[in-house]
Amino acid sequence: MGRASSKEDAGALFHSLRSAYAATPVNLKIIDLYVGFAIFTALIQVVYMAVVGSFPFNSFLSGVLSCVGTTVLAVCLRIQVNRENKEFKDLPPERAFADFVLCNLVLHLVIMNFLG
Amino acid sequence: MAPPEASSAAFPNRYASNALRHAFGDVLSYFILLLIGVLAFSIRIFSVIKYESVIHEFDPYFNYRVTKFLTKQGIYEFWNWFDDRTWYPLGRVIGGTVYPGLTLTAGTIWWLLNSLNIPLSVETVCVFTAPIFSALASWATYLLTKEVKGAGAGLTSAFLLAMVPSYISRSVAGSYDNEAVAIFALIFTFGLYIKTLNTGSLFYATLNALAYFYMVCSWGGYTFIINLIPMHVLLCVVTGRYSSRLYIAYAPLVVLGTLLAASVPVVGFNAVMTSEHFASFLVFIIIHVVAFVYYIKGILSPKMFKVAVTLVVSVGLAVCCAMIAVLIALVASSPTKGWSGRSLSLLDPTYASKYIPIIASVSEHQPPTWPSYFMDINVLAFLVPAGIIACFLPLSDASSFAVLYIATSAYFSGVMVRLMLVLAPAACITSGIALSEAFDVFTRSIKFQLPGVLSNAEVDVGETSSAVVEAQNVAGKTDKPEETSKDRPSRKKKKERVHEEKPSTKAKAEKKRLLALPLAASVISLLLLVFLGAFYVRHCVWAAAEVYSAPSVVLSYRSHGRLHIFDDFREAYAWLRHNTDVNDKVASWWDYGYQTTAMANRTVIVDNNTWNNTHIATVGTAMSSPERAAWEIFHSLDVKYVFVIFGGLIGYPSDDINKFLWMVRIGGGLFPHIKEADYLRDGSYRIDSKATPTMLNCLMYKLSYYRFVETDGKAFDKVRQTEIGKKYFKLTHFEEVFTTHHWMVRIYKLKPPKNRIRGKTKKSKPVQFSLFCSKNNSDVHLQVDFNLLMLWQKTSSRNSSRSGAQKKNPWH
Repeated sequence: MGRASSKEDAGALFHSLRSAYAATPVNLKIIDLYVGFAIFTALIQVVYMAVVGSFPFNSFLSGVLSCVGTTVLAVCLRIQVNRENKEFKDLPPERAFADFVLCNLVLHLVIMNFLG
Repeated sequence: MAPPEASSAAFPNRYASNALRHAFGDVLSYFILLLIGVLAFSIRIFSVIKYESVIHEFDPYFNYRVTKFLTKQGIYEFWNWFDDRTWYPLGRVIGGTVYPGLTLTAGTIWWLLNSLNIPLSVETVCVFTAPIFSALASWATYLLTKEVKGAGAGLTSAFLLAMVPSYISRSVAGSYDNEAVAIFALIFTFGLYIKTLNTGSLFYATLNALAYFYMVCSWGGYTFIINLIPMHVLLCVVTGRYSSRLYIAYAPLVVLGTLLAASVPVVGFNAVMTSEHFASFLVFIIIHVVAFVYYIKGILSPKMFKVAVTLVVSVGLAVCCAMIAVLIALVASSPTKGWSGRSLSLLDPTYASKYIPIIASVSEHQPPTWPSYFMDINVLAFLVPAGIIACFLPLSDASSFAVLYIATSAYFSGVMVRLMLVLAPAACITSGIALSEAFDVFTRSIKFQLPGVLSNAEVDVGETSSAVVEAQNVAGKTDKPEETSKDRPSRKKKKERVHEEKPSTKAKAEKKRLLALPLAASVISLLLLVFLGAFYVRHCVWAAAEVYSAPSVVLSYRSHGRLHIFDDFREAYAWLRHNTDVNDKVASWWDYGYQTTAMANRTVIVDNNTWNNTHIATVGTAMSSPERAAWEIFHSLDVKYVFVIFGGLIGYPSDDINKFLWMVRIGGGLFPHIKEADYLRDGSYRIDSKATPTMLNCLMYKLSYYRFVETDGKAFDKVRQTEIGKKYFKLTHFEEVFTTHHWMVRIYKLKPPKNRIRGKTKKSKPVQFSLFCSKNNSDVHLQVDFNLLMLWQKTSSRNSSRSGAQKKNPWH
């Protein structure tokens, strides 16, 4: 009983998640795609480190943290650009994007320095 | 609330007058801020006026020397500098072990001024860096408190911070130490964090990360920031105050902050590997989980959300437990659980005294006494609880941060007196909030009751009723300073008071009657608050002028109307500088290492960095051993000169005999033949006739009291208040070369080893020294053969076997 209902529930859950996500606007989906790409790159780097070893450690750290950093910043951008977010309705999306670019600039400058 | 009674024609007038009032208010507040900056700068100039523009204490001399090097050689040489003039023969990697923020800041200021053709010397720039940055720190406090409570509270707390004695003590003109810029960076980082939290702007998040980078460059206390901010985020999440602004304020800071911290050489990979940073990573994961949960909650219907929760909980719990077990195993495998010694001694105050005597021996690391709280933060000590209450009315993210900051810094200040400095900004912020709220309430009561202002009063009515409710609570607190001064701001007591206040505020809000304090009471209370401020100002000026302005390099005291100046330290360093060879090694206790390298420009064995416990224990053992063994030790380190600080003639209490117990303890911690019990008589260190023979024969005793009986015939030590035990003795392995005017610094030279060694090499050691006893100081005679015989001595000592009669010699 438990198993069958949980399977049904899981199916219903998956279905409702899918339909709810399909309703998000296209620009947010693009940002989500970018986030997914960054996480995927980070995973590749971690797997590579597990295979090859962590020397030089600063390069590994720099690479992984650059992926994590771009993920975080993209999520921040998504939060600020999302029309449904009441807190940010006064913020023009151009300003949000400009902040995003500036923060990415600083992040990548530091990464270039730390890459070694 | 009564509607504004203005007609359409009068409305633009009211709008214009409001705008004018706001503009006037802005100009006034910026002018006040400028004055506060000038105040912060000038109150710290007492030391330059009363004494001279000189660098104080010990650590600033090292920073000064590094800045001189930076300005002379340039930044690439600075990053790669390996210093061979300290910790001889080990040397020290300066580029990788120094926090570069302070020296880079002062170097930049010097370079900027010189490129504008203002030829200030490096010393002047170093001396005045601290006052300039304290002005900047008070402006940063304005920024922080404005975000918490408003511009009025901001101005009050900026004014309080400009004068608080605890901060003055570490940032007086001449105190060129890390805290001078670090406190500014600390407050600025917190201020930008709160600003990001309030506005949710990624721009301020970037600035926050850059300010945090400046803090990491400046001081080891940056770990306080990287643990306090995650604590606050966790508090917000747990109390249901999660918002997307919190995510924007925290997540970019962690990523950028970790990267920037790892870029600073002294931190390096510690930024990801030590336990001090794990809290930030843990909360990073937690906030992502929470954000994801909120997102899913937003896009699903409530029923589906419940299904999702049960599914995730059942699957995710197992995975979570596995990961936590792995993490705990990793952390528990290191002996200190990943924490550094200094951080552990903060968490467990008894740790240092049990395991690391060097940390326990520093006077700044002792717990503070109760009077030091009133000396260092004075009136703020009982305004802080009022401020904590004011933070709860109403509670916002920013004010919860202020409460958390004061609670944690109050705990840490109780562990180490040095951390009173971190308490000072928190105390100023909360006291500023309290004072500002009280002022608000009283002035509103007065305004409400003045007849000419009735038209505005109706508009203000709604604010006044809630403000007056606060007044009853806050006034009750400020009128009873004696009660609150006894309560330490602990979280338990704060919660009790909050529970007391909440039912009364609810009851009064429900009544919604107009309550105003009587006019007389408000006026008198205002005057009393101004009085309080006057007491505070008077105390701060006194503390700055009399207590904290003394450069410990130059001592002075007033007697019979005359001012006596003791400039012995600089006299001794100048003697060393002019009368010894550039490559000579000088040994002393580690307190004076920085000053010796900076002022005397000679190579030292140990200095204030205390990074190598074994080396310090070596010097400590040498000071505690008899002359022969001490000569052996110093000779093996190529030392030529030894100096001790002696205060017995003038009554200077911080001399080496008083520090001797640490030499014995640290030396005994590593070399078991030094036993503390050998030096103690009835549990205390004595130097009079009842002293133990080991004490009377040790090098420290002999070097301090050699020829002391010639001063007054009775050899009365003014610090220990007794006549010394052994008055007439000769030195066999050392010769006195210089004693300063007031006998404060006594410099000795190692006698060179014997020219000829009679008999077999196995017996050479005892035979050598018995021949020394009869040798007179024919320096010229020895000088000629010196280099040859040193060379010969070295080769012969390498060849001779070290067995035989060296049972007591621990060096082979």
